[in-house]
Amino acid sequence: MSTIKIPPVLRASTGGEREVSAEGADVGELLRALAAAHPATESQLFGEDGALNRYVNVYLNDEDVRVLNGLDTAVEADDTLVILPAMAGGA
Amino acid sequence: MEGLQNRPCGGRYGDIVEAIGNTPLVELKRLSPKPGVRIYAKLESYNPTGSVKDRVARGLIEDAEARGAIGPGQTILEPTSGNTGISLAMICQRKGYPLKVVMPDNVTAERTQLLTMYGAEIVYSPGAQGSNGAVALALEMAEADAGYYMPYQYGNSANPDAHYNGTALEILDELDEVTAFVAGLGTGGTLMGNGRRFKEHDPETTIVAAEPLQGELVQGLRSLDDGFIPPIIDLSLIDRKIFVSNRDAVVWTKKLLEEEGLFLGVSTGAIAAIATRIAGELDEGNVVFVSPDDGWKYLSSGVYTKPIDQLEAEGVLDSASFW
Repeated sequence: MSTIKIPPVLRASTGGEREVSAEGADVGELLRALAAAHPATESQLFGEDGALNRYVNVYLNDEDVRVLNGLDTAVEADDTLVILPAMAGGA
Repeated sequence: MEGLQNRPCGGRYGDIVEAIGNTPLVELKRLSPKPGVRIYAKLESYNPTGSVKDRVARGLIEDAEARGAIGPGQTILEPTSGNTGISLAMICQRKGYPLKVVMPDNVTAERTQLLTMYGAEIVYSPGAQGSNGAVALALEMAEADAGYYMPYQYGNSANPDAHYNGTALEILDELDEVTAFVAGLGTGGTLMGNGRRFKEHDPETTIVAAEPLQGELVQGLRSLDDGFIPPIIDLSLIDRKIFVSNRDAVVWTKKLLEEEGLFLGVSTGAIAAIATRIAGELDEGNVVFVSPDDGWKYLSSGVYTKPIDQLEAEGVLDSASFW
């Protein structure tokens, strides 16, 4: 089982849960498992074309999957997926 | 000593704005995990107002002047979490432009003092919205009043160009080979400008973004639609993008102080954490990272003097904006 960490902005859609466990072989499968368990998250995680919402950053362990293999990035058991909203960095 | 022989006094300049850049590149021997891998920090705190943003602010203002977008007495407006504002404040004071900065209200007191000292006017945005809140408020103000000129570092190519034509060339002047380049991801200017130059020099250079993992109290977005991606960022130029928690950033900031004698800002701690991790994955080569600023502006947060567990218990790690 992998762990998905839910950011504050999405917790209203997960019944307040901060962490959700899910099964999947890649990042896309994990996120779709999350959306199946908590349907209110689906429209926030994915665009109409099924791609990742551009304002959602997903990190496998602590690396952004967009610069790995995106939703096809392979996941090992015990990996942690962190979902974060895209924020402006300080400057 | 070779560098000292080349530039015995750091150069001679007509005024302080011209003295921006040409910062030292310092090797961190104690932090390198392997003998064949050298780690270098480009110490941007050596700029006149103490941060890398001097380069960007000069680039933004001189670009606007060159295009005729601003003239004498023009009011400049910019969203910033501090450093860009401080740099703009110094440059605008030198050049005679009134400056208004929009800044989150949870930044350290030193930033407010520095801005006021250089004569800038500050408009505060809600700290819980982080830099996103400052950007949104500044964009609103600029739309409502055409009298402002907003350089907009998040979307202005003069920002990465300051690195493409400055920082990166200075690094290549000192090193023949950059195996990996690590920088913080804020506006994206440092990563894009340096990354583009290094990839042109050697397409094999790995470009690594160290990203702040905002404390939960600084993630106060109402919805994902409040999300923000700086327009100048081109993800295709980045090979790795890794986040760092405030806790790790502070731990590494202390490590730099204790092991290398370097008193640097908290974002440098985060970037150094990633640089040493990348160094550990290599067998040989040069890992270069940019240190955006030093520690003076963060002293009041207590990160240099209090133990990490106390900082955590006091909520400093979750509530403060260190970037």
